[in-house]
Amino acid sequence: MGKVLRRWWPLFVLPCALSFTFGFIIPFVQGAYLSFCEFKVINKAKFVGLSNYVAAFQDEQFVHAFWLTALFALVVTVLVNVIALAIALALTRSRLGGTNVFRTVFFMPNLIGGIVLGYIWNILINAVLSVAGQQLLALNTTAGFWGLVILTLWQQVGYMMIIYIAGLQSIPSDYLEAAKVDGATAWQTLWKVKIPNLMPTITICLFLTITNGFKLFDQNLALTGGDPNHMSELLALNIYNTFYSRVGAKWMGIGQAKAVIFCVLVIAIALVQLKITKSKEVQQ
Amino acid sequence: MNTNISRRNFLAGSAFALAGLGLAGCSGSGSGSSDSSAASGASGSVYYLNFKPEADQAWQDLAKKYTDETGVEVKVVTAASGTYEEKLKSEMAKSSAPTLFQVSGYVGLENWKEYCADLSGSDVYGELTNLDLVLKDEGKVDAIGFVEEDYGIVYNKALLTKAGYSASDITSFAALKKVADDIQARKDELGVKGAFVSSGLDSSSSWRFTNHLANMPLWFEFQDDNVTNPDTIKGTYLPNYKDIFDLYTTDSTVDKSQLSAKTSDDAVAEFVGGEAVFYQTGSWDYKNIKALGDDNLGLLPIYIGVGDEAKQGICAGTENYWAVNADAAEEDQKATLDFLKWVVTSDEGTAALADDMGFNCPFKSAKEPSNPIYAQAKEITASGKSPVGWAFSVQPNQEYRDDLASALTSYASGGSWDEVKTAFVDNWATEKASNK
Repeated sequence: MGKVLRRWWPLFVLPCALSFTFGFIIPFVQGAYLSFCEFKVINKAKFVGLSNYVAAFQDEQFVHAFWLTALFALVVTVLVNVIALAIALALTRSRLGGTNVFRTVFFMPNLIGGIVLGYIWNILINAVLSVAGQQLLALNTTAGFWGLVILTLWQQVGYMMIIYIAGLQSIPSDYLEAAKVDGATAWQTLWKVKIPNLMPTITICLFLTITNGFKLFDQNLALTGGDPNHMSELLALNIYNTFYSRVGAKWMGIGQAKAVIFCVLVIAIALVQLKITKSKEVQQ
Repeated sequence: MNTNISRRNFLAGSAFALAGLGLAGCSGSGSGSSDSSAASGASGSVYYLNFKPEADQAWQDLAKKYTDETGVEVKVVTAASGTYEEKLKSEMAKSSAPTLFQVSGYVGLENWKEYCADLSGSDVYGELTNLDLVLKDEGKVDAIGFVEEDYGIVYNKALLTKAGYSASDITSFAALKKVADDIQARKDELGVKGAFVSSGLDSSSSWRFTNHLANMPLWFEFQDDNVTNPDTIKGTYLPNYKDIFDLYTTDSTVDKSQLSAKTSDDAVAEFVGGEAVFYQTGSWDYKNIKALGDDNLGLLPIYIGVGDEAKQGICAGTENYWAVNADAAEEDQKATLDFLKWVVTSDEGTAALADDMGFNCPFKSAKEPSNPIYAQAKEITASGKSPVGWAFSVQPNQEYRDDLASALTSYASGGSWDEVKTAFVDNWATEKASNK
């Protein structure tokens, strides 16, 4: 069996390798090349060098979107993981009845598309703001930011919760029993037994939340659309607007350059995070 | 292990649900194509990238008829609402690019002019009745407008009569303001919520003010300066723009602070529900508001208190232009022009344009659609009032409109008018320069 596999593995890898090449590698390389070009239609690009990157960094909106996204990703990463883990802990206690119902309920928002969620929350938040006598979302930067945070929490907590539950359930019960026998409090068990054993899960959840935080697009588009005046515009939406709401050849190259910067940034952050959390994982 | 039960079932269930959502999403994008095998002997084929999702079915049917009749293959693809430019950019990069596509005016043309074949000698051009409806660039006819649309202030005749007025009382901005103020003051007695429907500044509705209403000061300024597509503007008639916007938002069904969240659906619902008398909209909206009854829909010019108001007519123009892809193969271009000629001259074609799509087409043999807004616009023009052009079509780009919408939103909820002024005048120069 092993011998056969060793000989025939290229055949098994082929479908995936092909789709990855055509679906990811080729577009990525082409996209990177286009970021150095001026173009309207991608097969007629003119090489212009680094000027797109210069223009991207000089764009104040892009710089603003960059820092806003960083802040947003940080807030969302912390909150999503803390809340998801807390709910997961609560729902893995066997004494509690109806846990499966709760798990399903918490997971449900994840099944709704971002655009739909954005519009629903837009109506909800505007209603609350108008009752409170505050400016509505279109004029309210603070509400826009926290609205996005709430929306993202609502959508992602359930998903991360499921991963944490899986992680918690895979902790061998003898560890927990041993801790109990030794007289550890619940708090001590959490920090000394559960969390160290959860590190692989935490790695995955952090990776997902950080990258999701940076890549957030539909929710941003539907909830605030960047209003007021691009102040709640995150990176992905900024790139989209550069590409599609401007006229003229140079803007597409600039949008492309922004997209490349964005991509490199997300990959770099994700790799650093993976390295840090991986080093904390323990062998069971 | 009672906590462990249903995770697998549960995840499988969610995957299923996700797949379902995904499918629903795809079918919503509404692009279809009609592929018919071309009969032998016919050379060249047509590929039309259509802009209007609501007309998709009618185009598919029409394409099929043409193929049955002549054997020439016609493929029609419709971009999902709001994604035309994206779709066009990706389709044009393909080897089988659209042979016929649409541009929205001079600004849209900016991106595509080197792809536009010269249509000046074509049969379609010869069929045009209104030569203002073409886009020209250095003497070359790049695109031909094929739908003429009209807009103004649509009013509910029954309610206006109930208030004791008729259209003949409203012949200037001053008169419009007087009537609107009076209706607003007596709104409870008349059973309405306001004179005007909510001037929603949600993105589904803000274009009514950033594009269509902004057209008024732009048009009059361009007339004064004798220009059509300037790099800078002065904002000569901005105070009038402020006056009419104030009127719309003050004599309104809702409080100004609520406007940022009001949508175009809200406006339609208020108008159809008889909660307001006036609604700035146009011929394209007829299908939404026809519940009020054809006899009940009236149309007024948008008066802003500039120029000879007695002579001012309806805003007539188009954002739908046909352009033929100059990069397409010679025989495909010819097939496309033949198809267009057939569409605008044949009985089937003209009937489809007028009856199925509801288009008011500026071609000699065009059939009239049954749409009271067109009919009244025609009457108004026939009575000697000169139509107002669509100057807003040369606004620099979407960015300019979005910024103007932001400024209007802020102004409506108590901000200063200076922001609007900056967005209107200064941004024009910056964004025009950024297009170069």
